[in-house]
Amino acid sequence: MRFRTRTSPHMVPGHSVGSLMRQVLYALIPGTLAMAWFFGWGVLVNVVLSVLFAVMFEALMVTLRRRPVGVTLGDSSAVLAGWLFALAIPPLAPVWVLLVGTGFAIVVAKHLYGGLGYNPFNPAMVGYVVVLVSFPRELSLWPSPEGLAEASFTLWQTLQTTLTGRLPDGLDWDAVTRASPLDMMREALVSGQTVHEVTRSPVFGSFSQTEWEWAGNLFLLGGIWLLYRRVITWHIPVSMLLSLATIAGVFWVLDPDQFASPAFHVFSGAAIIGAFFIATDPVSAATTPLGRVLFGIGIGILTYIIRTWGGYPDGVAFAVLLMNMVAPTLDHYTRPRIFGHSGDGRG
Amino acid sequence: MITSGYADIIRDGLWTNNPGLVQLLGLCPLLAISGTVVNALGLGLATIATLVISNTLVSLLREHVRPEIRIPVYVLIIASAVTAIELVMNAWFHGLFLVLGIFIPLIVTNCAIIGRAEAFASRNSVPRAAVDGLAMGVGFTGVLVAIGALREVVGQGTLLDNAQLLFGEWGRDLRIEIFPQEHGFLLALLPPGAFLAMGLLIAVKNLIDARLEARPVPTAAPEPKPAPTQS
Repeated sequence: MRFRTRTSPHMVPGHSVGSLMRQVLYALIPGTLAMAWFFGWGVLVNVVLSVLFAVMFEALMVTLRRRPVGVTLGDSSAVLAGWLFALAIPPLAPVWVLLVGTGFAIVVAKHLYGGLGYNPFNPAMVGYVVVLVSFPRELSLWPSPEGLAEASFTLWQTLQTTLTGRLPDGLDWDAVTRASPLDMMREALVSGQTVHEVTRSPVFGSFSQTEWEWAGNLFLLGGIWLLYRRVITWHIPVSMLLSLATIAGVFWVLDPDQFASPAFHVFSGAAIIGAFFIATDPVSAATTPLGRVLFGIGIGILTYIIRTWGGYPDGVAFAVLLMNMVAPTLDHYTRPRIFGHSGDGRG
Repeated sequence: MITSGYADIIRDGLWTNNPGLVQLLGLCPLLAISGTVVNALGLGLATIATLVISNTLVSLLREHVRPEIRIPVYVLIIASAVTAIELVMNAWFHGLFLVLGIFIPLIVTNCAIIGRAEAFASRNSVPRAAVDGLAMGVGFTGVLVAIGALREVVGQGTLLDNAQLLFGEWGRDLRIEIFPQEHGFLLALLPPGAFLAMGLLIAVKNLIDARLEARPVPTAAPEPKPAPTQS
């Protein structure tokens, strides 16, 4: 609903749910293209299929709930959930992983809780965590850019791999995949190597593996554009990245052989896309300014803890879901003072 | 005191006031032990036995126990019953005993049992209390086995895996493999799967209740049903 008030010189922002969601989608484009450049067609195949599945599930659920299909699909929230989910999935993952993940994201995490605006958890991350916990093997196979280049994966071969779950003849998974930076660091540290030895590896750029750095940079660019457009506020991304860098910095200063540098943590895995695109989900994040800062700090610290001492290489998804749980409590205790009232402002 | 017929007691335990789906009591074993049908059935049978024994004994003693000390007496009765059942399972179902582990002694803490002792057995005659214990136990076991079947099929593609623990050697042949285990949906076997399966079952029950309520009732006196929640 939009109120048109014509008398005074009001400025109409023209924001609607759909326009906000679409701006987030535009901001995702550069980072997605960078990932597609390094990891091949699989990234785009995943995005297209996941968005397709997500919209399909959304239409199904909206029909079952007897709500107007056009309005709900028009807000593009299912497209965004499918897209974010796809970026978390390895590019050559089989199609049923996408189907299960988007199904859980839209059907369970979104519509069983009441649809857009009522879901306590970020749908895309619920979908990702479900498949990560259920199919650990499929979710660990990140292709290496050189492997893909040598095998010259065409769009057609990528589609075949996605649909059948089998690589083209003459290739095996070891040849085309490589541990992601966080996996690499974890395995090396477990086997007694130092951080320095890992980062000297030729696949590493200045902070992390080159392709992850570039994807991170371009997602950062999209995120800054979102800040400039005021689609998101600075509180969550800044507090999350700062707290992640701070806690990583403390341990790095204490023992640089055992703990990776803050820059490595910020530029590896899902830290940047998580900070700007996932943690800022307006439905499941905290909403008060102080609440958002605490929410971001919580995600940053939990991410570091899970990455360093937990059972999974990356912890952004788990950290976001855990903080989603406390977001209502944060909002309750951080309500801003009401103008003209003193004290705790609960009046 | 409301006097109700045996049919009502049984219907209460199995459906209208089911401990698993309506009272939501005893969720800890319900969620922890429902990974496979055999585990669920084993724990369910032990719970049925405990409920029948404790309800009967509580009802027998109801005239002799002062109200001030009734709770400690219930606890003693239930703990004795569970200890006896634990020893029986250790002796005759040792494999199952090892699999269920701590959850057999933990039947003591199942709220459904002390809840029935307090709410029903302490104010009803012995046969009625025994029937109530049986009905509640079977209702609980039914939910447990349903969740167990759902999680076992989705999670590891089998039904009645390890049935020899409960039925002896011939139970090995009861195992049904629906699809190879490596395609299983691991989430179903993990704790979240238990909560999801439980939520789905409650939704299905509420849906059935809503359908039944919407149907024109032919009998003169329709029984009161719990308000169906939004499913």
